[in-house]
Amino acid sequence: MTTAEIGRARLRKEDAHLITGRSRYTDNITLPGMLHLAMVRSPFAHAKITAVDVSAAKASPGVVAVLTGADVADEQGNVPNVWPVTADQKAPAFPSIAVDEVAFAGEVVACIVARSAAAARDAVELVDVSYDELPVVMDLEEAFTDTVLAHSSLDSNLSATWVFDSGEAGTGKPIREALDNAEVLIERTFYQQRLIPAFMEPRSIVVDPTSEQITMWTSTQVPHIVRLMLALTLGIPESKVRVIAPDVGGGFGGKLTVTPEEFITLMAARRVGKPCKYTETRSESLQAGHHGRAQVQRLKLSATKEGIVTGLDVNLLADMGAYLGLIGSGIPILGAFMYNAIYKFPAYRLECNNIFTNKAWTGAYRGAGRPEATFAIERMMDELAVELGMDPLELREKNWIKHDEFPFTTVAGLEYDSGNYEAATAKALELFDYDALRAEQARRRETNDTVQLGIGISTFTEMCGLAPSRVLGALSYGAGGWEHAQVRVLPSGNVEVVTGVSPHGQGHETAWSQLVADKLGVPFENVEVLHGDTQVSQRGMDTYGSRSLVVGGMAVLAAADKVIEKAKVVAAHLMEASEEDLEFTDGKFSVKGTDQSTSLGEIALATFAAHNLPDGFEPNLDSDATFDPQNFSYPHGTHLAAIEVDTETGRVSIRKYVCVDDVGVVVNPLIVEGQVHGGLAQGIAQALYEEAVYDEAGTLVTGSFVDYLVPSAPDLPHYTTGRTQTPSTTNQLGVKGVGEAGTIASTPAIVNGVLDAVRHLGVKDIKMPCSPSRVWAALEEAKTTGGVQ
Amino acid sequence: MIPSAFDYAAPATVAEALDLLAAAGDDVKLLAGGQSLIPVMKLRLADPAMVIDLGRIGELSGVRDDGDALLIGAMTPHHQVATDSLIATHLPLLAKAAATVADPQVRHRGTFGGALVHADPAGDLPAPVLAADATFILAGPAGERRVGAADFFQGYFTTAVADGEILTHIRVPKYTGWGAHYEKFTRVAQQWSIVAVAAMVRVEGGTIAEARIGLTNMASTPVRATAVEQALAGAPMTRDAIAAASVHAAEGTDPASDLNGDAAYRRHLAEVLTRRAVIAAAGL
Ligand SMILES: Cc1cc2nc3c(=O)[nH]c(=O)nc-3n(C[C@H](O)[C@H](O)[C@H](O)COP(=O)(O)OP(=O)(O)OC[C@H]3O[C@@H](n4cnc5c(N)ncnc54)[C@H](O)[C@@H]3O)c2cc1C
Repeated sequence: MTTAEIGRARLRKEDAHLITGRSRYTDNITLPGMLHLAMVRSPFAHAKITAVDVSAAKASPGVVAVLTGADVADEQGNVPNVWPVTADQKAPAFPSIAVDEVAFAGEVVACIVARSAAAARDAVELVDVSYDELPVVMDLEEAFTDTVLAHSSLDSNLSATWVFDSGEAGTGKPIREALDNAEVLIERTFYQQRLIPAFMEPRSIVVDPTSEQITMWTSTQVPHIVRLMLALTLGIPESKVRVIAPDVGGGFGGKLTVTPEEFITLMAARRVGKPCKYTETRSESLQAGHHGRAQVQRLKLSATKEGIVTGLDVNLLADMGAYLGLIGSGIPILGAFMYNAIYKFPAYRLECNNIFTNKAWTGAYRGAGRPEATFAIERMMDELAVELGMDPLELREKNWIKHDEFPFTTVAGLEYDSGNYEAATAKALELFDYDALRAEQARRRETNDTVQLGIGISTFTEMCGLAPSRVLGALSYGAGGWEHAQVRVLPSGNVEVVTGVSPHGQGHETAWSQLVADKLGVPFENVEVLHGDTQVSQRGMDTYGSRSLVVGGMAVLAAADKVIEKAKVVAAHLMEASEEDLEFTDGKFSVKGTDQSTSLGEIALATFAAHNLPDGFEPNLDSDATFDPQNFSYPHGTHLAAIEVDTETGRVSIRKYVCVDDVGVVVNPLIVEGQVHGGLAQGIAQALYEEAVYDEAGTLVTGSFVDYLVPSAPDLPHYTTGRTQTPSTTNQLGVKGVGEAGTIASTPAIVNGVLDAVRHLGVKDIKMPCSPSRVWAALEEAKTTGGVQ
Repeated sequence: MIPSAFDYAAPATVAEALDLLAAAGDDVKLLAGGQSLIPVMKLRLADPAMVIDLGRIGELSGVRDDGDALLIGAMTPHHQVATDSLIATHLPLLAKAAATVADPQVRHRGTFGGALVHADPAGDLPAPVLAADATFILAGPAGERRVGAADFFQGYFTTAVADGEILTHIRVPKYTGWGAHYEKFTRVAQQWSIVAVAAMVRVEGGTIAEARIGLTNMASTPVRATAVEQALAGAPMTRDAIAAASVHAAEGTDPASDLNGDAAYRRHLAEVLTRRAVIAAAGL
């Protein structure tokens, strides 16, 4: 394999059409005779539906049909959950259109089908729904007490309790001993606020029911999963459904799901026999798309006086919102294997309680479980360092897995294949100027400067590249984690690559072209990457969990390897040589020790003509490969943040942000840099800006971007990025995932920095987001409680 | 995000607009830059039967010298207020405040008059206009009427503009040679003020001869920090004197509590930001 392309900072193939507006998002699709949908949504967070009067709406100009829950009760089934985390997991029925009861504000109670989007919207106002309001439970800790029930059909808000215990699993010691014998015990509670994925392209769906196969275009990360779920839920043969994800404007986990609106649009189109479109408004997107994070984390960390951690006990309350979406129940479990992070903890226990509230349902959001875990442990390591009066980096180093200890089986039962935390940390320190900043911090403290300086540290790893199918099976997940690809060498010598992953901004077309160009020795420009349409890419598990390259990319390489094997048979035949004597380099087969050679293009043409092929050879240079990873991928890194806190206003500013990420071999440095930057932005957003806030009645207060504060470029610092390269040993390229690393690592780096800046003033903790008013309030409280030590 | 259906008219003169307004009855809205009205209509929080677009009335846009004052047309966009040379010379406070509004797109569409009539307590233009003691010129069926800034802002999103009236111009006295600063506090770059302070000072020798200070988002209307103005008048131009005067910033205010901070935090911010605004205005 040549390496002309891998490692090259190619500009992305995808960008020209996106940045010149020649994009094709779902909402750009217009079909002849197409009708438009608008949803009637519940204004109440919890209520019985006593009557739905649609007569005025039906009579409204341009209205073709109105669907209520009762109308579709027999056909709609339930929005599926495919991750029963325990055998006794409880879940309320989740009809796409509510029938008897609504359990969060924004739930669909009726759907208008009209000749124009405006007519549909007008008719929404005319649907008269009678509700009997029921008590709401909005607070997670209160929900756990079951004093108010989120659903009248359930007798408890508890969906499931999932437990991991290293003593029982045989991966470590029992936690009880560690806690009982602790020389130092740190107990803390952290709040992972609820976040909204806030992708830029709101969700949009077009369904064409007019041909033999029903076609759905949808703004999704997971067209293959959507297809299967539509078939299973609505009882349509899978072969009769085609799902297309055209250009998709971001997902971040928010489109790793199958939505009520997808089912409703299909049901409506099927009923009226015409193409239908539904595009949500931004307000609907914020209110009724799934949310993320939303956990209460209670932790106990035991250690020796020397700073060696002896055990970690984690008790989680995880807010499912009102329903279990596709994989919402499993998100906290994805984090369960990461609380021990890069450290060698001898004992570990985690208990996760999945709980219903009357809020929007939760699901994946960039990092999905792992940011929560990483935040908690990195905050705890800082707390322990403070307790012991130790430098936080030194404490981490005492506990982390050394580079010569890999592969390393962790207390959570994962085998980390590779890593070098020393190298990443050393490089980060060099870029950061740690000692000078510590000196400045001391000066500012001494002079009582109104602006205090803090240094935030996060040394992280994560498991990504979802996922070995056997592991998913062990976790009761409803599917495998393999990925599929096809490689076809066309008669002209051009190459078509079909990938089962479904890019929505990541740049797979570019990266896969680089992979295949090197593998097959063809020019980058001659590779075409096809995806996102179940008719083109029949098999796939789609894009999430930083899996595309480490799983999907490996499937592409495996398919390319198969093509080479096929071509070799033809090459040997054409050159009248034995296969063993052939070498494949730079797109050519040559006979060792001679100047005889033939190119892949020539072989492709000969195969196409099929005039002269070996007996029994099927005339094609196509191949299929399905790759099931043997292990997860474990990117890691060290992030350091210099944080300034204006103690007069509480404002937090990021003065310097250094991150050294080890993502193994890099296929395209530009794409990696982009993923890191975007990831950092979202992690910083959790630390400082974003939070989905509901009022006591259950209304989303942050219902628009005026109140839900997504930071933009001027709010974010310049990033100093660096890399170390410790190749993964579990895939043929040595690559690791990068899509979520920045998000996972940055949140604790920022919050640790904020606290480091103000801890000497008596502040012990600040809930996220660390807004100016919260930081100021914490400083004020520290003053009045005489917190200054 | 589709508004209800409405009728639309785009008159060419104020007289025509007044006639249309009189004929339309209650259920009518004037459209300036649309940066506040259109979002509200799209959310269907407002659904006027008729919208009268002021965008084609040339006489309503632009900045003119009017002796001891500048006459600013209601339809002058924020971008022009932020970059106009007359405003830069005589009323730099307005330019500085207008430059903090939203983003370039909004500043090119949104108008000075629209922002003032909209009277959002968190909007950035009312406080500077109040501090400058501007006069609002309103055209109505009975002719023209003038309202001082102190009487113009009446409550949350409420002004002295009566049904059937149009704000045509704002006459703002010149403060040539005064130091000015608009200190805006937000959580993200593009945001309405959590609190902001508009400050102008006239410095004579080493003392502050006069100060005018308006506060944004410290009540349902913009307010003058009168106690600070009094404390500053004749005070030495030192950080300590300014800090001492700024302690009074929140007196007489009644700020709201919301996601960005409670009333106590806003009162505290008013003091800190007033000190910073005055120090910057004085050029210290
Ligand atoms: C994304 C975004 C961010 C923003 N950020 C800020 C910010 O940071 N700070 C800030 O101050 N503002 C901000 N704004 C608001 C902006 O300043 C608006 O332009 C302003 O509030 C309204 O001005 P307009 O010309 O768009 O008025 P319109 O929206 O057209 O009208 C507003 C109201 O005033 C009435 N009206 C308008 N002109 C007249 C007139 N001549 N006579 C009588 N009535 C009239 C209208 O009927 C309507 O009720 C933001 C707006 C947006 C969309």
